[in-house]
This record gives sequence, structure tokens and C-alpha cells, in this order.
Amino acid sequence: MTDHHTHGFSRRQALFGALGLGASVTFMGRAARAEPNGKKLIVLVCRGGLDGLSLTPPVGDADYAGLRGGVAYTPEQALKLDGTFGLHPAMSRAHALAQKGQLRIAPAVATPDRARSHFEAQDVLETGSEAKYTATSGWLNRTLQALSPERKVEALSVGAVAPLILRGQVQAASWSPGRNADSTARLPTILQDLYKNDPLLGPVFARGLQTEAMAQIAMTGLPAPATAQPMEGMAKPDPAAMQAAQRQGMAAAEKLGVTVANFMTQAGGPQIVAISLDGFDTHSGQVGQLQQRLNYMDALIGGLTTGLGPAWKDTVIVAATEFGRTARVNGTGGTDHGTASSALVLGGGLKKGGIIGDWPTLQQTALFENRDTRPTLDMRGLFKGVLRDHLGVEQRALDTTVFPDSASARPVTGIV
Amino acid sequence: MALPGKDMQAAIAATRFGLGARPGEIDAAKSDPRGWLKAQITRDGADLPQNDGRNSAQRLADYREDQQAIQAARKSGDPEALKAAQRDRRQDVNQDFLARAQLGTNTSASFRERWALFWANHFTVSGTKQITASIAGAFEQEAIRPNAFGPFEDILVASSSHPAMLTYLDQAQSVGPESMVAARAQRKGRRQGLNENLAREILELHTVGVNGGYTQSDVTEFARAMTGWSVARNPQETAEGAFLFRTATHEPGERTVMGRRYGQDGVDQARAVMADLARRPATARHCARKIAAHFVADTPPPALVARLEKAWLSSDGRLDVVAQALIDAPEAWDPTPTKFKTPYEFLISTWRAIGTQPQALNQIGPTLNSLGQPAFRPPSPEGWSDETSAWAAPDALIKRMTFAQGFAARVGDRLDPNTIAVGALGARLSEPVAKAVARAESRPEALAVLLMSPEFQRR
Repeated sequence: MTDHHTHGFSRRQALFGALGLGASVTFMGRAARAEPNGKKLIVLVCRGGLDGLSLTPPVGDADYAGLRGGVAYTPEQALKLDGTFGLHPAMSRAHALAQKGQLRIAPAVATPDRARSHFEAQDVLETGSEAKYTATSGWLNRTLQALSPERKVEALSVGAVAPLILRGQVQAASWSPGRNADSTARLPTILQDLYKNDPLLGPVFARGLQTEAMAQIAMTGLPAPATAQPMEGMAKPDPAAMQAAQRQGMAAAEKLGVTVANFMTQAGGPQIVAISLDGFDTHSGQVGQLQQRLNYMDALIGGLTTGLGPAWKDTVIVAATEFGRTARVNGTGGTDHGTASSALVLGGGLKKGGIIGDWPTLQQTALFENRDTRPTLDMRGLFKGVLRDHLGVEQRALDTTVFPDSASARPVTGIV
Repeated sequence: MALPGKDMQAAIAATRFGLGARPGEIDAAKSDPRGWLKAQITRDGADLPQNDGRNSAQRLADYREDQQAIQAARKSGDPEALKAAQRDRRQDVNQDFLARAQLGTNTSASFRERWALFWANHFTVSGTKQITASIAGAFEQEAIRPNAFGPFEDILVASSSHPAMLTYLDQAQSVGPESMVAARAQRKGRRQGLNENLAREILELHTVGVNGGYTQSDVTEFARAMTGWSVARNPQETAEGAFLFRTATHEPGERTVMGRRYGQDGVDQARAVMADLARRPATARHCARKIAAHFVADTPPPALVARLEKAWLSSDGRLDVVAQALIDAPEAWDPTPTKFKTPYEFLISTWRAIGTQPQALNQIGPTLNSLGQPAFRPPSPEGWSDETSAWAAPDALIKRMTFAQGFAARVGDRLDPNTIAVGALGARLSEPVAKAVARAESRPEALAVLLMSPEFQRR
């Protein structure tokens, strides 16, 4: 905390009081200063390897249905974007934006990393470097550094700690809605599996989870969110309970989006925000898991656009993931770690245009290493295009400091 | 009983005998795991946490000052002043506890530290009493740690004569019914008398144990012998330390405890009783079982208890010799871990696993409270339970998970979880857990999985 906080705190306290979130606020607000140009950027980091072929299913690609089998969406299910692509059925609010020309997709984008390791790939995605362990700060933080000579830009991350993408020399604020445990986390499921042959911890843990669920019902009147993959031998969750949990999650996401938007529209509020979303590692039960996670993401996007109101025309949202998933469905109703995925670019002031980058198709000869969507676009080029044309970051800074040694990954033009 | 291979031995040495492996520690222990442990046995005792260096007498003076300030604030009805005074009183305790936790996380000799913590818990004092809280850290520092590898008699006398024990178990107020002070009080129409609390706990908990063959009359006789063991009320009463023998409250005359007669004068009488108690076979048996239960299993193998008992008796209760015997005992090296970590052990081993230390009490204090092991506040003179059933409760396990998630969210994305897992568990890392760590969708998730894994929760 700095001595600047008093001013911002009282205002925000009132805000949270109204929302009833019981949040702890570590946002470092500052008194209004020379206003920046009002341009705002929100980066959604989708962790776990979000399946691009589900986020923006290429239902018009001749090979799609065959490769995907049980995890494919039909042209009727997908929310139509163009002759080839649709949006995931959960993304109805994003689709409404697309119909106004406020959403574009980059269907075959990847970072330079090819290791298919979550840890490595997230590092590369967030540091903006060419390879792992070559940078310790995030590219959004270095964007702040590049912008600061001309104008003061505040940044905020949503979550208990700043994600790597926003970490670095420039102090950025972080804020979280103040929950103890992340109820959407996969940890309980993983632990149930690890404890299944443990005569002590297995039953004790199951009992603890049961009590937690009861406490949640007692406190909210709603069932606890179901874990993504119910364990074998456990009762299948009640569909009505699951739907109620979904609605609860979406309401929370919408509220989160509106709250963050309210931060951004205040005088002196953050213009750059990073939000992490996790739970995208869909090795099994992919359809159900993605329905839940993308419902959440869609509600969050909806909340952001609603909350931003007139400022939406000056805002860009980029949603990106560390890697895509295998083109073929695996044996457990899921997909495994792959290469290129889809990124979404949303904004009230996007230029008209089709997909960003080329579509390599899913023909067998086009697949990367005969398994993954082949990357046709460097993720850094996508980010650089947005930073240059939307925020006004100089290309020289983009090529050297924001994305070190990245002159070869040219900024994508014509997005904003 | 065959010993496991060196890799497994090294993992056991660091995690079962020690407080959990720091990065690189298991590798360092690999060539000679037993030698690595034995090198941690030092006759001059266990390490001292880096606290403010003020001894018990100074701490008690501080405490009395704080109490006066608190009373004054209560009288004046100033809530801010009251809060400030209470904060002052708490601060020393908090700093002592943090210093101890930091020693635990940083030490490269964590068997030595565990051994000291075992004896601190054996001779429990608890901050549930305010005055005792102020010197609970000093108690470990002055009575336990210097004597952790010495003769049992020394640690028994040091703990029994320390102001923390004397206040916690009410010995400081005990007055011989026939003493000068009692006679004087009676003339003024007041009654002052014996308090048996400490004498009973020394017999029941610290030495021969509840089935050690003593009777109520032995307790009373021992309590009479201990009268006069007290605490200085101010610096003028004693120049050194805070222990004060008050001749005027000592019960005159000869005592008989467990069939032996003690004709000594004054402070030497109870000392002589303690010297005998320390040498009783029942004490050897009681402590041997407790050591085995702490280090190896809630129900320890009888052969292990017998080995420790033998080492105790043959060395006249030298704790360094007993520690050597524990390391030499093949029963202590069973690759299947059965001990479930206490909350303190879980937290310390968590920081050790990533090679850092807690920077402030609020990083550990609230979690220990919620997991049921508040800092320096065991619920009774029996100390913290050593048994799985006391700690592996449903809600406690969920709370451990919540802590692990929060901890991993704070630090996890800067670490390589696969390396951390191997460093923390070595050969004890099972394939399913190694896989779950490697497959986690983020570094924080991977670290949380490791911390909550069956093998990390046990030792």
C-alpha cells in the first residue's frame, strides 16, 4: 500500500459494500491526473490449453467432424460466424457482439513455444519472449513501461496475485472478489483421485467435501458447483443442481465483469486489466467442462461490455491461451495438449474484416506433426497489432522491449 | 529387518526424522543418510531461534509493565491505549514464534530441530496463561534447546525450574502448609497451602508416566518437596534469571517419594527427587515409547521401543545416545510412512519444500489457528497430540487444501513444480503424484497437488 490509497479506498469500499462481495481491496487508486487517451485493454488469459476447435469450431471444414467425433459441434449447434467458423454454443453474448462486427477470431494462432507443457507455454505467452526462462517480467508490464513516458497508465489484475503477464517493474494493482478457495478449481477432483486408495485420507476428504457442499447450500441457498469430472463410484450430480450452479457461476462472472468495468471507467482507474481464467485442460469430459467454463467466460465478457457502457467503443478485449489441443478426439471424450488455438479479439471499435491470420485447414497433410492445428500466426504479432493500433505503443518498443527480438513477428494490421 | 536403499533412506531422513526436505537436501543426505542425521546431534544442544535476545527475567519485567499499562488503560477507559498495550504484550510472543518458524524452515539440521521440538512438547508450557505466554519462547530457548542432547536429568530440572513451567502449572504460588509463610498467614487469619499441579504432571507426563507406580501420597510428598520453587516478582529479588527459591515457603522436614527418603535441605530436596525420577526404568520406558511414537508410528513397533529404552538405561538417560539409537534402529526406516503431519509440521515442510521462509507471523498464525494448532498455545500440559486421529479430520483436511491453494497461488507460478516435487520427497514421490503434478494445468495447481499429496501430508 502506498500513501495514495486513501482516496481510492473509500470510493471503492462503497462500491463493494453495494455489491456485497466482502472483497478485500488492494487496488492502488490515484487521484485523477492528465487523462490518458481513454483507450482500454483487457487481456483474458485462458489457462490449461483452451481448445480452439471448440471455442470457434470450424464446422465448415470438411475434416472437422471426422477428426472430432464425439466432441464435435454440429453446424446447427455452433453460433455462426461465417461459412467456416462458428462460436461455441455457450458464447451467446459474444456472438451478439460478433454480429455487430465487434468480435473477430484468430483461429490458428500460437506462441513460439512448441513444448506442449502448460508451465512453459504459459511462461512464454505471458513473458512475450521467444523461449522459456528468457524473461522474468510480463509483456503487459513492459507495455506500461513503454507507454509511461507519454502518459500514465494504470493496470490491474484480477486475482489474489498478479499473473506473470502483468508482473515487472511497474507497480500494478491487484484485486480479487475475496473468496477463500476457488470453488471452480480442479484441485478437489485431482485429490479425490490421489486419495482413492488411501484408507485414511480418502474417506476423510470425501466427508470434508460433503460438509463444504452443505455449508455452501446453507449460505447461498444454492448447490455447490459440481466438480468438473465426477469420480467413478460417486453419485452423478443432480442435473437441476448443476444447472443452478451454472447460473450461480454465470451471475458471479457477470458481476465480476461489471465490477472490473466500473474500476476502468472511474477517473484515474486502470486502463489495462489482466484476468486469468482456468479449467481449460480438457483431457476428458471436454464437452461438459467447456460448456461450464465458456458460460463463465461469456458472462464475464457480457458483464464487461455492459459495465463499460459508452467506454466499450474505446476498449479491446483479447482472449488467448497457452496452446491449443489435438485435432483428434482422444479415448476419454477429450483432447490432449496441442499447438495452435483460437484467440478472440473483441471491441466496440474494431475494423471490419474476416478471420485474423490464415486457416490452415484440418486436412491431414496440413496438421502440425500430424496431430495439431498448424499455427499460421505468431501470438506476439496479434498482441503487437493491438498494442500499436489501439494503445499507440511505438513499433520500435514493441519489437525490442515489449516483445524482445520480435521484429520478425510483424504486428497484425487492420484490427482496430 | 532390511533397510531400504540409500535413496529412500535419504528421503526418510529428511522428511521423517527432519522437518521436510529443502531443495537439494535429499541429494546431500544420499551418500550416508544415517551419518547425515548423526552429524546433527550436538552435545551443546539445539539451535536458538534469532529472537530479540531478552531473557525470561527481562521478558517478565516487560510483561509486568505491559500489564500495568493495560490496567491503566482499562481504568482510563481509553480503548486505543488498551489496544496498544495489548498489542505490545502480544508482540514478543509473535516474534518468538516467527523466529522459531524461520529457524525450522531454514535450518540444514532439521532432525536436531525436530528433536528439540519434541522435548519442548514433552515439557509443555502453554500461552493459554498470559504470563506464561510471555516466556513460552524463552522457555524453549533457555530450558529445552541447550539441554536437548544432554542428560535427561538436566532437561527435567531446567524445565521444572523455569518460570514458564512454574507459572503455567501453578508451582510459583505453592506454599508448604508448615512453612514460615503459611504460619504467618495463619496468624493473620489467611490460609496458604500446597499446589500439587506441577509435581503431579512431572510424575504423570514428564517422567515415570501415568502407570509409573506412584500414588497420591507420592504426588503430595513431591509437591511438598517442591515448595519454594518459585519466580522472582521483581528484579530486586534475584540478580540472575527469574527462578527464585523461597526458603520461607518451603515445607520443612524429610519427604518420602516412591519409597525413597529425601532428607535434603531446601532446593536440593526436590532436585534429588528429580535426579531419581530421571533414572527410573519407568521413565526410560515412558519416554522411549513417546519418542518412538513421535518419530515412527502412533503405535510404535515394540522392538523399537525396547532399543530406545535400552539405550536410555545404559547411558543414564543421555539424550544424544538415545537419538543415536533411534537413527540406528531399522524399525525407524520403514518406507511406508504412517505419521500424519501436524499443522505446524505441514506448514514448516511447505516452506522448506520451496526453500523459503515465512516473513511475518500472519503468514502462518491464522492458518495454524484454523487448523487447530495455535502458536505456543497447546490445550493442556499433555502438549500437542502426536496422533493421526487428532489432525486428519474432514474439515481440517479441507482447510489444509484451502491453505495449499492460497500458498500455491502466491508463490507457485515462479517455481518448477516437478523439480520441487522431487526435491521435497525424493524416492518417496509416488508415480501417481509425480504424474498429477506434471499434468496439472498450471504451476500453482501443480504445487497445491504436491502439498496435498498423501506422501507430503505424511512423513
